[in-house]
Amino acid sequence: MALRAPGFGVGTMAINGLSRRGLLSAGVVVGAIPLAPAGAETFHRPPDIPWRPDAAASPTVPKRGDDFLYFTAVEQAFVQAAVERMIPNDALGPGGVEAGVPIFIDRQLAGAFGAASDWYMQGPWAKGETTQGWQSRMTPAQLYRAAIAAIDDAVQRTSSTTFAMLPAADQIAFLKRLEAGTASLSGGIDPAGFFKVLLQNVMEGYFADPLYGGNRDMAGWKLIGFPGARYDQRAYVTTYGKAYPLPPVGILGRPGWRGTEG
Amino acid sequence: MTTTLPRTDVVIVGFGWTGAIMAQELTDAGLNVLAIERGAWRDAATDFAPTFAQDELRYYWRHELFQRLAHDTITVRNTRGQTALPMRRLGSFLLGSGVGGAGVHWNGQVWRFLPSDLQARSHNAGRYGAAALPSDMTIQDYPVTYDELEPYYDKFEYLCGVSGKAGNLKGALQPGGDPFEGWRSREYPNPPLDMPYAPTLFAKAAGELGKHPFPHPAANMSRAYTNPLGVTLGPCTYCGFCEKYGCGNSSKASAQTTILPVLMKKPNFTLMTETEVLKVNLAGDGKTVTGVTYLDPSGQEVEQPADMVLLCSYITNNVRLMLLSGIGKPYDPVSGEGQIGRNYAYQITSSVNVFYDKEILNPFVGAGALGMIINDYNGDNFDHGGLGFIGGGYVGVLQTGARPIETHLAPQGSPAWGADWKAAIARNYLRSTTVSTHGAVMSHRGNYLDLDPTYRDVLGRPLLRMTFDYTDNEHRMSDHLTDRATEIARAMGGREIKVNRRVGSWDVVPYQTTHNTGGAIMGSSPSNSAVNRYLQSWDTPNLFVIGANAFPQNAGFNPTGTLAALAYHAADAIKREYLKAPGQPMVRT
Repeated sequence: MALRAPGFGVGTMAINGLSRRGLLSAGVVVGAIPLAPAGAETFHRPPDIPWRPDAAASPTVPKRGDDFLYFTAVEQAFVQAAVERMIPNDALGPGGVEAGVPIFIDRQLAGAFGAASDWYMQGPWAKGETTQGWQSRMTPAQLYRAAIAAIDDAVQRTSSTTFAMLPAADQIAFLKRLEAGTASLSGGIDPAGFFKVLLQNVMEGYFADPLYGGNRDMAGWKLIGFPGARYDQRAYVTTYGKAYPLPPVGILGRPGWRGTEG
Repeated sequence: MTTTLPRTDVVIVGFGWTGAIMAQELTDAGLNVLAIERGAWRDAATDFAPTFAQDELRYYWRHELFQRLAHDTITVRNTRGQTALPMRRLGSFLLGSGVGGAGVHWNGQVWRFLPSDLQARSHNAGRYGAAALPSDMTIQDYPVTYDELEPYYDKFEYLCGVSGKAGNLKGALQPGGDPFEGWRSREYPNPPLDMPYAPTLFAKAAGELGKHPFPHPAANMSRAYTNPLGVTLGPCTYCGFCEKYGCGNSSKASAQTTILPVLMKKPNFTLMTETEVLKVNLAGDGKTVTGVTYLDPSGQEVEQPADMVLLCSYITNNVRLMLLSGIGKPYDPVSGEGQIGRNYAYQITSSVNVFYDKEILNPFVGAGALGMIINDYNGDNFDHGGLGFIGGGYVGVLQTGARPIETHLAPQGSPAWGADWKAAIARNYLRSTTVSTHGAVMSHRGNYLDLDPTYRDVLGRPLLRMTFDYTDNEHRMSDHLTDRATEIARAMGGREIKVNRRVGSWDVVPYQTTHNTGGAIMGSSPSNSAVNRYLQSWDTPNLFVIGANAFPQNAGFNPTGTLAALAYHAADAIKREYLKAPGQPMVRT
């Protein structure tokens, strides 16, 4: 989106979250789509220096609301149940479901993370050593789909129902078997590998800035006392032992601020 | 179709800390400099403004400022017997990309190596006997001494406005500083940062145990500072989004906040971004380089002739470009011959968490290099006799800001989820801190870099292959540091502690440090190194390879201070000596 005429210096920028660097890094540029004419925004020589007025690479806010974009109804039921067991709603405060963690994960899987668009996903594929890290050919979105189906399949074999319909104690026991890697899943799904991804995404959904759809009402931050996206903490560096006095705030503000959802 | 452009004086490949330093110095000498950066232009006001910089998901977990592995990555394995596989997701280290490089998301920890670190082989062999060094430990002395580098360390610290307290001014020990450090010609440019509670608890306990705590030197501004180039940095606001993040406030030194406002206005400087150098071109006789070939943003191949080429990208890419370009002889771990890829090293970390019942520590207040440190167990500051290892590291409490996805500590035995986990983090988040250890890794015959035989980047070029594991030396050293950290942690007066040792083989998954070193090391002759003391290639003397790739082995300190000092040392020699006889080696053998 051109903000000024191309020339030396920078004439374009990302204002819709689709940055040119993302395209370059994804390799789209090579012999395919010219991102910019040679010698345009990427060529910096005085007097055209590339500081850009009136421009900011602000974060991409995912779709608001409670309608799922990626998860099917069956998958939603699994994720809601698993998240409730992993971060339960209790006397300490809202759990992961109330904090919007399932919607957070859904939005992540519907976006660049779900597609593994930043990861190296070329073959050949091998299992490798644990010290060599993630070697699955599946993207996170594919992994969730396959793993949830395999989990419900495993529950069906032993209990003739789905994970979401199990009693809470049985759900917890099953999650522990996933975590320990002792659950037997069809389709070659590594139970502990999937659980690690799920746990990480649950933590992200509970503690990330609310703009990404989770951590609603800053429930995760309030639980622990994290004050959020604050910019200046100079007054609180040497207040040894004293409680921090300010409420948490997100990048988009907080409820009651400018009518944001928080 | 390759277009060939008119010749320029200097091409710089990669535009982070070393690229900006070399460009600033060589344009000052009147040379026409073209810097080529494959990532995008970025600056604080646009890319990580204070209004949205405090975004843990976007910047850390979704890697906004880091190298996109989809474009290219490295392959990893622990030993030659394994098949290397691609690092498909970032983990152990966070490679930089874009203008400013990894120097945008660094912490601002500015250290000098100890004088003895620079003479690792002769010093340790001299004190403990040659038999104390295992036969496969390939450490060697730097071909420069601390005294030679001191003016250049000083120059970088004043460029960055480092906040700290000197411990040794021209040989006179200074109260409140590090008594183990090498001499300094003058005090730090800025006083130490204000110290939050947890580091003071560490310092008190360490002091009572007879150790020597002092404030970590920080390229985070303790006050507004105008550097010698006339660029002003603002005071740090302790927002806690510093390490792994860009500073929206121009309070953390980076190329953007110290050099670029001056450099970008120079008529003899040009920067090309989103432009990737494919290879360094060799002359027909293989004895000089003629320039580089790059891929421009539209996908066109362009040949840029140049009198000098400076590789200034991260070590993994500097070494890979040399291998892809056929410069020098690749290292062979079996014969021990060849220099390119030799002596890759890293660092080894561990930690001890401390949990309090009542003390509110507000761990979210932080800055990248904010904390109290001891160097009593770094380098050869302690007697290694009978310990079975050489080297060491620093121990301390760094309060970098407890962003909650990454940091929500729970005591030993706590589950990772569920009601008990929730109760544990609710109780402990504000009342916990971490004593960290940051240890050296020596170089070993079997740890090296070469080109992967199988995996390719998005342009079809072989990936770099990293073969690396910790040896007994590193594990013994890290265990020793962890034991000392545990003693101090116990003395800090908490309810309980949790010890997190580094065990087993190096693992690419958990974040450790972005302190990769070696692969194109400096040395005294072509038989023990890729570059000379001025970072000039022995094979092609109009090529310089600038960065931590030059470290013959790593030390127990963050590398940026030393790699920047080596860059300034090289720039000075280029200006004083090389330009009088361009293309000639500055060290004769």
